[in-house]
Amino acid sequence: MQGDAMISDFMLRALFAGIGVAIVAGPLGAFVVWRRMAYFGEALAHSALLGVVLGTILGVMPWLVIIAVCSAVAIILFILERSSGTGSDSAIGMIAQGTLALALVILAFIETERIDLFAYLFGDILAVTKQDLWMIYGVGALVLGIMAGLWQSMLSVVVNEDVARVEGINVTRTKIIHLLLLALVVSTAMKIVGVLLVVAMLIVPPSIARLMARSPESMAALSVIIGIVSVISGLMASYYADTPAGPSIVVAAIVIFILTMLICPKRVIRRR
Amino acid sequence: MNDPLNIPDGTLVTADHIDFIIEGRRVLESVSATINNNEIVTLIGPNGSGKTTFIRILLGLLPASSGKITHKPGLHIGYVPQKLIIEPSLPLSVGRFLQFGVPKGPNRQKGRRAAVLEEVGAPNLYDASIHELSGGELQRIMLARALLRDPELLVLDEPVQGVDVTGQNEIYDLITRIKNERHCGIIMVSHDLHIVMASTNRVICLNHHVCCEGKPETVARDPAFQSIFGSQAAVRLAVYHHHHDHTHDQNGHAIPIDAPDIKTDTKTKAGAPDNAG
Repeated sequence: MQGDAMISDFMLRALFAGIGVAIVAGPLGAFVVWRRMAYFGEALAHSALLGVVLGTILGVMPWLVIIAVCSAVAIILFILERSSGTGSDSAIGMIAQGTLALALVILAFIETERIDLFAYLFGDILAVTKQDLWMIYGVGALVLGIMAGLWQSMLSVVVNEDVARVEGINVTRTKIIHLLLLALVVSTAMKIVGVLLVVAMLIVPPSIARLMARSPESMAALSVIIGIVSVISGLMASYYADTPAGPSIVVAAIVIFILTMLICPKRVIRRR
Repeated sequence: MNDPLNIPDGTLVTADHIDFIIEGRRVLESVSATINNNEIVTLIGPNGSGKTTFIRILLGLLPASSGKITHKPGLHIGYVPQKLIIEPSLPLSVGRFLQFGVPKGPNRQKGRRAAVLEEVGAPNLYDASIHELSGGELQRIMLARALLRDPELLVLDEPVQGVDVTGQNEIYDLITRIKNERHCGIIMVSHDLHIVMASTNRVICLNHHVCCEGKPETVARDPAFQSIFGSQAAVRLAVYHHHHDHTHDQNGHAIPIDAPDIKTDTKTKAGAPDNAG
């Protein structure tokens, strides 16, 4: 092992940023898996790029514009899903591709402004600032706090919406809050792993945890641990092998998934 | 007419001239019904007759096109939907599942949850994964969960779907016992004629509108009922005889009106006296 002096400031910030994202992505991602919303998250991430471009044009804090665009897209998708006739699968696809295309078209008009597209697509965890860290942990605390309060309602909605409604749960409100939390986390985590990989942070750790967990709570908790392990090993690989940080984290998570599949007793897997 | 604050004593829910029209199709036409406590009401009708739609409107899950639903204020409902498909990526044990929708209090305690499992005849399933259950087991677990809410009204949409004949009888017996012990109101949807006839106090025959309504014996004699179920019922009765070795000579001719006779002979509940009158 190398001495502490070798771990520079930017590396430490990257580590804390990644761990912060993993902590909030675990429980939230579990709900993305349970409600089969991976592609929905993908659409939100794509639309975040539109937020980046609009934020640059407007000259205000890009992060706030990204959140606004993501939230708006989440609400539009929610409404499209409810209005019968529009296949939600296609609706999500159209929004995802449409916002991405729109962002790239607008980008062509503002060539004078320099946007590091690559950094937004694949993340730039090594450029994380102290301010970013505050943002990640602030958003994380807010999201986890809201989820703790709504935990049982959110689970009831996963199991059966009709029964939840009969039992007095405000299903529509619960679903909208979940979507907005997702928009918030996607907008924030984008900085770390980028638009194209942010959904992996949400769905890979819970998918691994599912192979071992026996309750919703243990699945969420295990997701956090697996996420943190992925971040640490991904960043280590990036540091020593000089690979891109964001993709390294995702690859680390996928490797853990494959290893778990191989190691886990068949009995557990059959439980699915 | 129906003042929501002035619902009669013992009445849990009333439906007053409910219409439901979707895409120009009239699914329900002026359907009225009342469910009181301490009775089992069975909603019966052919496929696509609007049974589940009516149940959903009754529960407030679907807005009626016109008409009015009135719940007793603060009504506690236990609802068992027609089919419960639980997302396989959600790891869930039966014991944990029984906490869902149960208000904070003694009923959330492990002892009470285990006791209710015993009540529905599934005492060994507490630690089982919800994804490993058979159709009948899942129905019992759903009933157990609904019971933990201490419901005044139980709503069961096809409670024996996907359950074998023996299991069906057991579940209907269980439902009757729940009514007798808890004195709650129960409305269930079914298109099984023979078993339902024996374990219900009142039958509402629905085919977009209420064809007929009343005690099972009365309904079975109703021409409107026979025109819908006549031939079908005869076939089902034949199946029924096949599975149970009753030796009633008079049953050679299988007409629906015989159903309550057969079933209630082996039960303590009314049936035969009403038939005579």
